[in-house]
Amino acid sequence: MVRVEFLGPIQRETMELNITNLNELATILKDDKEMQEWLENSAVAVNDTLVNNRNFTLVSGDKVSLLPPVCGG
Amino acid sequence: MLELYDGSLSVASILKDWYEEETSSNYGAFISFVGTVRSEDEIDGLSFDIYEPILNKWFDEWQARAKAKGAIIKMAHSRGDVLLHESSYIAAVFSPKRRVALEFIDEYVEDFKASAPIWKYDLRDNKRIYAKERSTAIKGSGLLSDKKNKEDER
Repeated sequence: MVRVEFLGPIQRETMELNITNLNELATILKDDKEMQEWLENSAVAVNDTLVNNRNFTLVSGDKVSLLPPVCGG
Repeated sequence: MLELYDGSLSVASILKDWYEEETSSNYGAFISFVGTVRSEDEIDGLSFDIYEPILNKWFDEWQARAKAKGAIIKMAHSRGDVLLHESSYIAAVFSPKRRVALEFIDEYVEDFKASAPIWKYDLRDNKRIYAKERSTAIKGSGLLSDKKNKEDER
């Protein structure tokens, strides 16, 4: 299982999914209307490293995090 | 050194500690930036969420860049609520000579604003409202959006 966490203001419970890459996660989330804006403006990290490729391979035990727009300080 | 605190920062005490830690390190310059919550738009204060694993990595990368220039950085940030006229953020650079610290504090604070995984909320009528309009999407955002990926292909 891959654990998917939604950080900061994205009010959503953590998901546990049987997926093998980020394309599959995009497919699962694309029909969720409330998530569309977050998908457009969020960065994605796998095991706490930012990734830029939807074909990124996921294995059981991986953690995927969605990071919405930031504003520290 | 990265320090996170619940609530507002004790600015004078943190800066004093940092200054004293480096008194015998032979740095010729110490530049600090302190971020304080201003009264505007009738807010009661700000509140912060932090994702520490990625913040730590971000900070370590900047520390390595500082080290390559013979400098070091320090940072303190608040978690949770910080009221008006209290401070939530301190960044500092120590370097052998002034130019490195003056230039580095600018790059480091600007990248902090654009990349550090911290989310800001306005406190208003006991509610926590995400400061969406003032927030910046991290570089590479939109990876999971079909719409965004199609736009990028054009």
